[in-house]
Amino acid sequence: MDDKDRMILTILEGDSSLPRTTLADLVDLEEEDVNRRIAELETAGVIRKYTAMIDWEKAGTGGVSAILELKVSPERDFGYDKIAERIARFSQVRSVRLVSGCYDLELTVTGHNIHDVARFVSEQIAPLEHIRETGTILIMKSYKENGHILFEKKGRERLPFTF
Amino acid sequence: MRDFISGRAREIPPSGIRKFFDIVVEMEDVISLGVGEPDFETPWALCESAIHSIEQGETSYTSNKGLLQLREEITKYMDERFDVRYNPETEVVVTSGASEALDISLRAVVDPGDEVLIADPSYVAYTPGVMLAGGAPVLVPCREKDQFRLTADALMEKITPKSKAVLINFPNNPTGGVMDRAAYQEIADVCVDHDLLLISDEIYAEMTYEGEMISAASLDDLRERTITINGFSKAYAMTGWRVGYLCAPQELSEAILKIHQYVMLCAPAMGQVAALEGLRHGADARDRMVNEYMMRRNLFVRGLNRVGLPCHMPKGAFYAFPSVAGTGLADYEFAERLLKEQHVAVVPGSAFGPSGAGHVRCSYAVSKEDLQTAVEKIETFISDL
Repeated sequence: MDDKDRMILTILEGDSSLPRTTLADLVDLEEEDVNRRIAELETAGVIRKYTAMIDWEKAGTGGVSAILELKVSPERDFGYDKIAERIARFSQVRSVRLVSGCYDLELTVTGHNIHDVARFVSEQIAPLEHIRETGTILIMKSYKENGHILFEKKGRERLPFTF
Repeated sequence: MRDFISGRAREIPPSGIRKFFDIVVEMEDVISLGVGEPDFETPWALCESAIHSIEQGETSYTSNKGLLQLREEITKYMDERFDVRYNPETEVVVTSGASEALDISLRAVVDPGDEVLIADPSYVAYTPGVMLAGGAPVLVPCREKDQFRLTADALMEKITPKSKAVLINFPNNPTGGVMDRAAYQEIADVCVDHDLLLISDEIYAEMTYEGEMISAASLDDLRERTITINGFSKAYAMTGWRVGYLCAPQELSEAILKIHQYVMLCAPAMGQVAALEGLRHGADARDRMVNEYMMRRNLFVRGLNRVGLPCHMPKGAFYAFPSVAGTGLADYEFAERLLKEQHVAVVPGSAFGPSGAGHVRCSYAVSKEDLQTAVEKIETFISDL
């Protein structure tokens, strides 16, 4: 991993749909070289996936998301891994993270509506063995996701010529 | 009624591209590569610190020299980044932008008739600045074959008994040229031999993409005879805040400070607070922007060369300076027709002095998308000639 690799990763993280020719220009390499580097980064698992960032609120599909805080009793020999991996298998669960602080696992879950999320938490997550406590935080509005600001900002006027 | 305009005001040249402004005003879809400022917003942490200071009522004058904490951070920065040591109490003046630093430095050292050697092409304020200070500007050409560096030979050719100071700007606006240590040493030797002062405008220092980032005063021979000018506009995307600074040996600093006290009193207080935050915690944000400029430079310069506008890869600042000689057009004509026919704005190289002729300055502090569209339009323009 060198500076050029890091530049490639930063660019892809910002816009993975950028044509490879443009990417090659940006990092001042030949396209074949860039393709080879990306293939290596993919094989090594550094690049995990290429996805699109969707503003579902704008898409108008009416889903809801919530953050779930879980207090968990770790298991002998497995710690938190086994329960975390088990929770991660639910399709409603978008992310699972082990965190420091007053609770142990932090999830993001989605559902069609509040009832859907509530049912999932109370019927699927809370009853699981080792889960001691759950806290559900409904996401009401998202202002920034993955480093991208979602609200409209007023464009500023720039002088066309300055020296 | 009498004519109230002073001879001095009458004498300084007007901006070389006023008519371009007039053309742009009529257009709605111009891609402007004519901008000499970052297209980023000031990093938010810097804005927050300034907002907080306003909320705390920190809205009065600061010390004439600038906030002491800021001067301390500036000297720390100069030491860590460039290996030059200045005393924050006596050798630093915080100014309203590097522009003010330049003006008051010239006024503090130039007597009527003194010649100031200016590396040409140069930022457009240098020649008028020297004239307003009562001096005589003498242009020293920096040539493309030397990668737009200032050479000792070129400098020596223009030295006369009236020569007093040398005014340089590397990384350079408009050429993107930089000086390496050997090149600075040549200039240092000339300055020592002919007892000249060096005024080094290093506003683009952070935008050094290849090679060592050098401050002129880091050369042993130069520190005692150099005024270093720098600021926050470019590196921290703070053009509108107007905060710059100069560092110089005590005697020079004191003379400059006298002028600063009378003309400016102090640099904007809230801008100084934002600058302080920038030096303390803004390195990551700054480096991210610099990295982005470097990538855009690669994108744009490779694009230009591909479509047949030869351009050396500039090592600093955020300007490409391609030659338009191959098109058969003079730089003014090229810029005017490119604007009228393809709605892409660039600045003719001659606007920066005679050595800029045959080139155009293109700022790549512009979005990637605009740079790509600009390259396509330049290609169309050239092929239609």
